[in-house]
Amino acid sequence: MIRVELPYHLRTLAKVEGEVALRIDGPVTQASILDALEAQHPTLRGTIRDFTTGRRRPFLRFFAAGRDLSDASPRAPLPAEIASGEEPFLIVGAIAGG
Amino acid sequence: MSRVRVLAGTRKGLFVLEADGKRDRWKVNGPFFGGWEIYHAKASPADPDRIYASQTSSWFGQVIQRSRDGGKTWETGGNQFAYQGTPGTHQWYDGSQRPWEFKRVWHLEPALDDPETVWAGVEDAALFRSRDGAQTWQEVPGLRVQESAPRCPPGAGGMCLHTLLLDGDGSRRMFAAISAAGAFRSDDGGEHWHPINRGLHSKFLPDPDAEVGHCVHRIAKHRSRPKVLFMQKHWDVMRSDDAGDTWREVSGDLPTDFGFVIDVHAHEPETVYVVPIQSDSLHYPPEGKLRVFRSRIGGGEWEPLTRGLPQENCYVNVLRDAMAVDSLDACGVYFGTTGGQVYASADAGESWAPIVRDLPAVLSVEVQTLP
Repeated sequence: MIRVELPYHLRTLAKVEGEVALRIDGPVTQASILDALEAQHPTLRGTIRDFTTGRRRPFLRFFAAGRDLSDASPRAPLPAEIASGEEPFLIVGAIAGG
Repeated sequence: MSRVRVLAGTRKGLFVLEADGKRDRWKVNGPFFGGWEIYHAKASPADPDRIYASQTSSWFGQVIQRSRDGGKTWETGGNQFAYQGTPGTHQWYDGSQRPWEFKRVWHLEPALDDPETVWAGVEDAALFRSRDGAQTWQEVPGLRVQESAPRCPPGAGGMCLHTLLLDGDGSRRMFAAISAAGAFRSDDGGEHWHPINRGLHSKFLPDPDAEVGHCVHRIAKHRSRPKVLFMQKHWDVMRSDDAGDTWREVSGDLPTDFGFVIDVHAHEPETVYVVPIQSDSLHYPPEGKLRVFRSRIGGGEWEPLTRGLPQENCYVNVLRDAMAVDSLDACGVYFGTTGGQVYASADAGESWAPIVRDLPAVLSVEVQTLP
């Protein structure tokens, strides 16, 4: 299973606690993870990727296996640790003090 | 005995404040959607237990919430707001043209006769409608494609459609206000729109009397007077007696005519309330005194209402959607501040008391009068 860690406000919106587990058939990429995440939790549609452009929202980052892959191609394969479930795919909100 | 429910949208969540008709003891429920900005929440006149809320975040975009039980529980609605066709462009701050881009919902206006129908005023300024209880949204594009739209610029807070007024009594007339474009009217249920800004004068424009480009902060009207409108413009309090075809200034003896909110007494259509703010550079009350001003003659002559409001060292603002009235016999008046206070008057403004003092900054206040 693919593991995804959401920021606090998306966990409350999706009504989940802890990590989200996803089953993905085929290549494990940012796009396939987000497609599966939104299919499993429709309330998250539009909150990570802009509805119109499909792009990552500017105040969110994608980390995987110790690397910032925010600007990597959404269709590029993710590191093996993510595909195997050894490590979670991290969706991180920009830090704010307000 | 009748009850009152106040919906206070704040920078960090929604609060539902409830009291009986005496309006002296309040129960505070919330925060709902803690940490999210609630730009506006409003209940359906056709079903008081149906409430819609606009939940937004710079991180996560737009979410729509709805309640079927008066705000006790909530479910997520649809949040896809797609402009119809190719959006085109509007004026940007530097005078260049920029494509329309959806950012957030500023105002939700449930239909008067159908709890499943709700209108949304959004940034960048456009009008959307849902006929399925906020599950899906369709743009009603007449406002965005009217002739003056490419000349409409954003205000510093964004190009927002922040005010929607529905006429009722079978009329298909609607009014909208956009910062910093002006006021607009539709006579056919939102299909076609035209600017109604004749008489507005804005010194910051190259042509101060231009057809569009005016920063209208809020318009209000009484349901018994469909052609009488009151407006708090960036500067100037204005009045129209012909459904917006022409406007005249009624700032009169106000200490300053800058401000955001304006509202009308529930039973006295010539009684109007504003909260003067020092200036557009100093977004706080003059002299550190929080004063509501009331005119009983439709503007021009105003009296300060201060009992129970801080009269020293008060430097809060009252934002454009943060005043409302109830419809009890002694009309209640309510407003919220950027300091987190929600003030209520159960005697038409003669005296005030805070319902709560320490909420996050209040963005919007709506009131329901319940049986």
